[in-house]
Amino acid sequence: MPPKYKINLDLVKCPMPAQDPNVRNKNFQEVALGYTAEMAVEEAKRCLQCPKKPCVDGCPVNIHIPEFIAEVAEGNFEAAYQIINQSSSLPAVCGRVCPQESQCEGKCNRGIKGEPVAIGRLERFVADYHNEHASADSVKRPTPNGHKVAVVGSGPAGLTCAGDLAKLGYDVTIYEALHLAGGVLVYGIPEFRLPKAIVQKEVDGLKALGVKVETNMVIGRVLTIEELKEQYEAIFIGSGAGLPRFMNIPGENLRGVYSANEFLTRSNLMKAYLPDSTTPIQQVKNVAIVGGGNVAMDAARTAKRLGAENVYIVYRRGMEELPARKEEVEHAEEEGIIFKTLCNPVSIGAADVTDPRDPAYGTVASLTCIRMELGEPDASGRRRPVEVPGSEFTMDMDCVIMSLGTSPNPLIKQTTPDLVTKRRGEIEADEDGLTSIEGVYAGGDAVTGAATVILAMGAGKKAAAAIDKYIQEK
Amino acid sequence: MYRIAKKRILNPTVTEMEIEAPLVARKAQPGQFIILRVDADGERIPLTIAGQDVDAGTVKIIFQVVGATTEKLNHKNEGDFIQDFVGPLGTPTHVEGLKKVCVVGGGVGCAIAMPIAQKLHELGCEVTSIVGFRNKDLVILEDEFKACSSRFFMMTDDGSYGEQGNVCVPLNKMLEAGETFDQVITIGPLIMMKFVCLATKPYDIKTIVSMNPIMVDGTGMCGGCRLTVGGETKFACVDGPDFDGHLVDFDEAMSRSRAYAAFERHQHEETCNLFKKEVQ
Repeated sequence: MPPKYKINLDLVKCPMPAQDPNVRNKNFQEVALGYTAEMAVEEAKRCLQCPKKPCVDGCPVNIHIPEFIAEVAEGNFEAAYQIINQSSSLPAVCGRVCPQESQCEGKCNRGIKGEPVAIGRLERFVADYHNEHASADSVKRPTPNGHKVAVVGSGPAGLTCAGDLAKLGYDVTIYEALHLAGGVLVYGIPEFRLPKAIVQKEVDGLKALGVKVETNMVIGRVLTIEELKEQYEAIFIGSGAGLPRFMNIPGENLRGVYSANEFLTRSNLMKAYLPDSTTPIQQVKNVAIVGGGNVAMDAARTAKRLGAENVYIVYRRGMEELPARKEEVEHAEEEGIIFKTLCNPVSIGAADVTDPRDPAYGTVASLTCIRMELGEPDASGRRRPVEVPGSEFTMDMDCVIMSLGTSPNPLIKQTTPDLVTKRRGEIEADEDGLTSIEGVYAGGDAVTGAATVILAMGAGKKAAAAIDKYIQEK
Repeated sequence: MYRIAKKRILNPTVTEMEIEAPLVARKAQPGQFIILRVDADGERIPLTIAGQDVDAGTVKIIFQVVGATTEKLNHKNEGDFIQDFVGPLGTPTHVEGLKKVCVVGGGVGCAIAMPIAQKLHELGCEVTSIVGFRNKDLVILEDEFKACSSRFFMMTDDGSYGEQGNVCVPLNKMLEAGETFDQVITIGPLIMMKFVCLATKPYDIKTIVSMNPIMVDGTGMCGGCRLTVGGETKFACVDGPDFDGHLVDFDEAMSRSRAYAAFERHQHEETCNLFKKEVQ
């Protein structure tokens, strides 16, 4: 259907208002400030309303993108929200953290000549508009259907699965290991990229639907999957990929070497970035983050905000290959993060102190790297980095943060002998999320290994539909 | 929120509490630990479980006041609540099939060594206990140890109670005299565990140590609790906290345990000052 509006032919996206880089790299407030209504309407009018809707194919949860954008162009923001809400339960989150350039926006026809439509920014605008204007009593509590389901983990997969089931009338209980619900959205992603109030709003929304959230419950320890099965008709495991990987290089256990998980958890979940926090985090001058994903960018930008003078991203491939969202890389560069690409750490050096009573004993003093060059493509299709012999060099460093990815948490596997897992501990699950145990479903990073919020959300949705079908047909 | 059912002062710096946490109590085994937060803005600290009462639904913890969080906890009384209490975490101490064991506890570590000695005694194992404290005022759980041990050695650094010397003195004496054990289990300060391991190594007696490193989540997520065991990196929270002491790199563990020493001292002073102000 041709658009009702006059198409905005501007080749570039309406720019996102943002805090000045040299101001924001010293605070933890949100970097991107969001579109105004006028900006959103103008940007929406760049959408051609293509009949083939390639953007929808690019979206892991197939949001009806042209339809919601048409409503934005007409100024019907709440109607736009209702369209997104049919496919996505966490639009305020996904609008902020999805890698749009490799999903919806990557397929946008406007991107062939010029920039694609800013779908992510529009999604965020619509979700924020809704959150600001919707009243709490607009939530209609569904009629209970008398069936009980347990959800393990309150990250994006668990929240989505719980929400979808609750809307169908299920009695849902979420079990969360930490003291706060939200999973990676609260312990991993920093405040300046995803304000925690937004996550809290999502969790409160679920509670309003009748979902119960039990924190401090480490499933596998305090209760096993077997024990949950005695109380619930079905279980969804969305326990994430929480186990950090290390490089196994000399010096990795020196003081001042963190996993990105630890560094970010201290800062985000435990609020070490606040001046009166009781959780300590090291005050450092020179810090290297090893890795090139979103988590590495988050850690680098957090370190900068905590007062580090020189923050390096050390990545073994080139700038083009960085797996992080494009916007995060741009923001990091603007904030003064130094990119040491085509470099790989070989060892971490300790302070030259032999007396164990000296406070510097056992602390990080340097990082030695070797230069890399890109060779033939590997199995992933990316060019394989190869070491340049004899190119080692050493930099002064007092902190090194390993951001090399994570593996699924082993606690549930260890205590659920019938649960089949893959080599790295990922839970085996079919298209619907069904595991090797009847009535037990899984999804998100626990199944795929570390991936994105939107994929986890999609898995939670699919599993919710499958659980509903399973219980109704039983 | 978790209610403090009982509180008992064991010595001027060590307190025992029983916390209402029925699900944790039901599953807790010797050697496992919990993580707690005292209040909504508090840090997460790990404490090893010192016992449980399944019928009452309570878990016993024994802690030494060393920092801001333990100071705040120590100001709570029976009937008060703490914010968070999660567990049981870690793998239980292996006690099955052991016939003759020497349990070596130091300071507040005795709080964790004691339930292990009790469990071994219940299982019919012959238990020798060696406990060490800085001085007479700091002695805890003497009667409990005596009740489950066929031999008991009390050591103090200054000789104000029991024998003067550290825990290695009677241990070395026994080993030199040809005494053998299936296993030595030792819990206490890192430096003490290191020397117990050095003492048993020449006799090739398997020695289990309980590590209590700095950690945040306790579920394997942060990796802050990692240590080197037999050349490999292990996470105390999910792989431990018990390890073969002869394989543990104690010097590294001691260095890592001091990562926030200055910060913690400062926080503790600040907290003490706050409490003092309240009193005035």
